[in-house]
Amino acid sequence: MTCLPEITPGAKKLGLVIDLDTCVGCQGCATSCKEWNASGHSAPLPDYKPYSAGAEGVWFNRVHSYEAGEGADGRTVHFPRSCLHCETPACVTVCPTGASYKRGEDGIVLVDHDICIGCGLCAWACPYGAREMDEDQGVMKKCTLCVDRIYNETIPEAQRQPACVLACPTKARHFGDLGDPESKVSRLVAERGGQPLMPELGYGPVNSYLPPRRRADTQPVEDAPTPMDIKNPVLRWMDRVLSR
Amino acid sequence: MNPAPSIVFFTTASGAGYGLLFWLGLLRPVGLVPQVPAFALLCLALALLLITAGLASSLLHLGNPQRAWRAFSQWRSSWLSREGVAAVATYIPALLFGTALLTGRPGLATIAGLVAALGAVVTVWCTGMIYASLKPIPQWHHPLVAPGYLLLAAYTGMALLAAVSAIGGVVAGPASFIVTLGLAGLVLKIAYWRLVDGGMGRSSAESATSLGFIGRVRPLDPPHTETNYLLREMGFRIARKHAAKLRNLTLLLGFGGPVLLALLATQLGFGGLLLPLAALLALGGMLLERWLMFAEARHTVTLYYRGT
Repeated sequence: MTCLPEITPGAKKLGLVIDLDTCVGCQGCATSCKEWNASGHSAPLPDYKPYSAGAEGVWFNRVHSYEAGEGADGRTVHFPRSCLHCETPACVTVCPTGASYKRGEDGIVLVDHDICIGCGLCAWACPYGAREMDEDQGVMKKCTLCVDRIYNETIPEAQRQPACVLACPTKARHFGDLGDPESKVSRLVAERGGQPLMPELGYGPVNSYLPPRRRADTQPVEDAPTPMDIKNPVLRWMDRVLSR
Repeated sequence: MNPAPSIVFFTTASGAGYGLLFWLGLLRPVGLVPQVPAFALLCLALALLLITAGLASSLLHLGNPQRAWRAFSQWRSSWLSREGVAAVATYIPALLFGTALLTGRPGLATIAGLVAALGAVVTVWCTGMIYASLKPIPQWHHPLVAPGYLLLAAYTGMALLAAVSAIGGVVAGPASFIVTLGLAGLVLKIAYWRLVDGGMGRSSAESATSLGFIGRVRPLDPPHTETNYLLREMGFRIARKHAAKLRNLTLLLGFGGPVLLALLATQLGFGGLLLPLAALLALGGMLLERWLMFAEARHTVTLYYRGT
């Protein structure tokens, strides 16, 4: 069913909060995502020509790097891009078959690969490039928010999180319920001023990006050398004589 | 956007077919086209051939064409589904129209023809809305896109009707329709290109990354060294190199040529030769127009890769 579930205040909205201040662009989230999703709900996640020139494949998470700003105020920002599990995702409503759907119980946007006809319209409708076609199977694939991990009772509770979140070495990725204002992720968004992507399009992205922190205005200044900085006693004596 | 040949052919052929069906159903009762059943049957057969060939071609675009029947289910939210439903539903009055013509029931033929004409309008409107409803593509998410699909379908359909009717000896009426619709199409395309040129709408690399508060945002390292589905499907960029020339060619061949030929046919005669040529030019121009419609369209995902 490609009509969207009714938006109710306080309903569960699972999503990610990504800290652009601490992301180091290591690609760990992207590779662990690929590893986990190559089996399970979205399996297989194909690679075309994997062992020759022109190797490419389907990935749910792509880490870009950008320069923002100029000169001393400019900085390099690593930017992981994946499905934002929007509140009003056009990728769902454009689907002619009902393969694309948004779950009412937690807001996760998924594709039923047994129904998808591979028309590609949902990928056109997504402004964020979150959907990639599995050209071997002829069906669309996308981030599932690791729906096959987060509710999986056969793995230890601490690991019931998306693979990308668990893999991040700098804890730049956080998973939780953004519909609950008291949740850890919601508080993080409120404290750090989390931002939606392309809010002007009105898709209501659930994932939020924490902006890089502003650098301190005062630059560290090198102190003037003291006589004790000179370790050699002969030179220290010379310094004292010459300083008279 | 990648101009997949199957979709370029589909919207051109089906558009012309539905246009022909529309004019046939509408103009036959008011006596503006030859009244012999053979004329209507020939036009109807041509219309259904083009429509069917187009729809068959659109199936080639699917990853799983054997599941295409599922696309009729989500008409409540999806313009693509609505298009499918309308396209199939239009076959019913169209085939009834043909049966009435064959069995000599003029009353039924008129009613079925008018219903088929309505079905044709609805189907082409749905096709236009598939594109016009996509917010990530500013060149498509534009108020002139869906009316443009209707007008160009009407124009190419009329060009075909005029060609068949001119072979049967009726020239003046259909030719004047070609001139009117061709000039309207010309104005619409020029206006559309002026309005959509220059920019990605309200989105930018700054809004796409939320980093605008730092300053201008530009890509430094791409996420992958080879291409991918997103770049092949939505980052197509051959057209911009030749866009200006191709646009002029579209206007000249697709609109200017047929209008000139229609005018010549009314003044000099030779309608049976000039109007079929006009129809071929109009269809060729439409293929070019549709190709540009895709190739020139920019998707917001390219902001992540190219920054502009």
